[in-house]
Amino acid sequence: MISHLPVLQVIVPLMAAPICLIFKRAQLVWLFSLLVSGLTFLISILLLQQVMTSGVLSYELGGWQAPWGIEYRIDKLNAFLLLIISAISTIVLFAAQTSIEKEIDKNKHTLFYVLYLLSLTGMLGIVATGDAFNVFVFLEISSLSSYALIAMGKNKRALWASYQYLIMGTIGATFILIGVGLMYQMTGTLNMQDLSQRLPEVAQTRTVFTAFAFVIVGVCLKLALFPLHHWLPNAYAYAPSIVTAFFAATATKVAIYLLIRLTFSVFGLSFSFTTIPLQSLFMALGLIGIFIASISAIYQNNIKHLFAYSSIAQIGYMIVGFSISTVTGLTATLLHVFNHALMKCAIFLALAAVMYRLDDVQLNNFHGLGRQMPLTMAAIVVAGLSLIGMPLTVGFVSKWYLLSALLEQGWWPVAVLILLAAILTVVYLWRIIEVAYFKQPLVDNAAVKEAPILFLVPIWTLTIANIYFGIDTRLSVQVAQAAAQSLFGLTP
Amino acid sequence: MIDIVLLTLLLVVAIAIIRMKDLFAVIMLSGIYGLLSASFFVAMDAVDVAFTEAAVGAGISTLLMLVVITMTGRSENTTRHKPFPALLLVVITGGLLIYGTLDMPYFGSADAPVHSHVAPRYINDSMQEIGIPNIVTSILASYRAFDTFGELVVIFTAGVGVLALLSIVRRPIKGDKIAAVNDSMHEQHLVIRIVTKILLPFILLFALYVQFHGDFGPGGGFQAGVIFAAAIILYAMLFGLSTARIVINQAFIQLIAATGVLLYGCVGLVSLLNGGNFFDYNFLSNDAIAGQHLGILLIEWAVGCTVASVMIIIFFNFADYRERQLSNENQHNQESP
Repeated sequence: MISHLPVLQVIVPLMAAPICLIFKRAQLVWLFSLLVSGLTFLISILLLQQVMTSGVLSYELGGWQAPWGIEYRIDKLNAFLLLIISAISTIVLFAAQTSIEKEIDKNKHTLFYVLYLLSLTGMLGIVATGDAFNVFVFLEISSLSSYALIAMGKNKRALWASYQYLIMGTIGATFILIGVGLMYQMTGTLNMQDLSQRLPEVAQTRTVFTAFAFVIVGVCLKLALFPLHHWLPNAYAYAPSIVTAFFAATATKVAIYLLIRLTFSVFGLSFSFTTIPLQSLFMALGLIGIFIASISAIYQNNIKHLFAYSSIAQIGYMIVGFSISTVTGLTATLLHVFNHALMKCAIFLALAAVMYRLDDVQLNNFHGLGRQMPLTMAAIVVAGLSLIGMPLTVGFVSKWYLLSALLEQGWWPVAVLILLAAILTVVYLWRIIEVAYFKQPLVDNAAVKEAPILFLVPIWTLTIANIYFGIDTRLSVQVAQAAAQSLFGLTP
Repeated sequence: MIDIVLLTLLLVVAIAIIRMKDLFAVIMLSGIYGLLSASFFVAMDAVDVAFTEAAVGAGISTLLMLVVITMTGRSENTTRHKPFPALLLVVITGGLLIYGTLDMPYFGSADAPVHSHVAPRYINDSMQEIGIPNIVTSILASYRAFDTFGELVVIFTAGVGVLALLSIVRRPIKGDKIAAVNDSMHEQHLVIRIVTKILLPFILLFALYVQFHGDFGPGGGFQAGVIFAAAIILYAMLFGLSTARIVINQAFIQLIAATGVLLYGCVGLVSLLNGGNFFDYNFLSNDAIAGQHLGILLIEWAVGCTVASVMIIIFFNFADYRERQLSNENQHNQESP
């Protein structure tokens, strides 16, 4: 059974989705989904262990050899991502049932879990596969289910937000498909490994250049890189809170993974970074993104909006790390993918708890919340400090690697800008802290109590993880570094 | 020559779709667009794709969009802004695509990479390895079975998505009232109703033929499912939703949709338990070729089930929504005077 783990990673949640539809009883479906998600988490741990000790795993679906059949190929990079996605999904599901009771109609609870598992499947599938067209198929699964999940939000505007995301997401997916089609035309293969060997022969053609442009723009739409980020704030703000917690920690990370996979593994470092001026382009877009999104975050009154903009800014950090295109820079990006998942998931789960108690996450409702919901607010503060990059939190670790990567190259002006951006983060977090801890509770909200235990357990698991992985960096740094080194071909 | 004619027609239809303000006409034109692309695919010898395009693009999607305009109204809202930046972006994207074509291998040239890398094995060996004459089916049902599984899940997701957005708890139906609305509407379509009744068994039979003939000629689960669903939808359109509901109810059709996906997955799981890789049909039976046949038969059946039921789910939910809107309006009208 061990040798089948790569495919089971995706098949387990996939098969669970239709079973949920048959079960019907919401409570039962919740426990079942939790079990399934826990199982995928277990599988991802085993996979990561295997990959770290014995190298790349290849699995031939249908027993057909690679370029003819579809191959699942697990290396350090995607094993790391699989772990993040399945862990976050499991933690989020703990709070799911309590949260959706308030936010989604009762008769749609089963459908919610079906879609949740499908979007989990989609993301795991994109990450696990070694076939370029298979990426598109699973991208469709994850996108379609996420449009529906976002549209399930209570607020009417959720529909509009979801529609906007649908249009942008579909354009992105179509671009990726066009790119994959052009690559196929020039090489005759869809397997990524095979593509990376056959593309250099035709690298100087205009068709391959066009293919590259299309896939990169498509992926950047999906990862909400500035200036293609307009769909994200509304989608995150109006989606059901639990969906936001799940997507904020995973969806854009999957797109970052795709970007790294396509530029490093498929097109290759020399094509991506020397033939085409990707480095300066991404550096500039990343930096502008950090500043514009952080400044927009300061002016938001809906706290989910605020942290959605903050997510766009954090994507900027990942892109800057990526654009340095050195081992340290890529390590910083991968670390930040992991760390940002921990921070944002904690914050959005805490906001889901606030939503559960108050039905609203407008800033003026946070008055005095520090006293009424002390544990929830404390989690936001700790995760917020991590977001700023305080020592002893995970945020510090990834900022540290990012800065050292920049200084390695002697790009100290960029490093200074990165540090300045941290001040903007302090500003928007302070607005919440000030209101929550230094104002009297509103009269209307006098009866508000601490969140239920099913919220507090996952929130604090993540918050403690924020501190733990900030002190004991062995797991995250070791894996991220190993993944980055193997992408640069330093280790097999 | 025929390519040029078809492509020109496609272009004309596309421009007409953009310029047209009447949504009903736009939907009809998009059906024509689907049919034209299907003909174009035939001209390029891709009959399987053409069949799917004809069934989906020209067939069922036109039907579904027709249901949608009963809710949205027939004419397009006038837009006030002039989206010039958008036009610019589209022109740049189109320009890039044309730029990309400049270095493409010549159309149909035998030494193009697509014809010389993976394709030869499919053409030369699929008969020995899988044993069915239609290579397209071999590729999509066996060599790349996992992609097809993914596509099926995409369709399933679409169905669940529509359910999640449109379905609400069914109230006890005030049967006579809805039936009355239907009756008055259908009196006028007597001829169509009779012709449809005669045709329906043949359409369903054709769907089954397409379903099981996919190994030998163009066809398979996707097309069959769509044709089957189209027959049911036709019936529902002419005889009313409540009549169609007697044949097919919501819970049952959802069960079928889920079972299709499960059946497909189980074929993979069984081959896995028999000691092969996921979707390795050789392990389904003692004889490898028999295993391949069995695997393909089962997964095509699974695809047919899910596709047909999802299409019906989508149609029923949209139509249901419309019916509720209508009955609300009626109640409102009765109360107001």
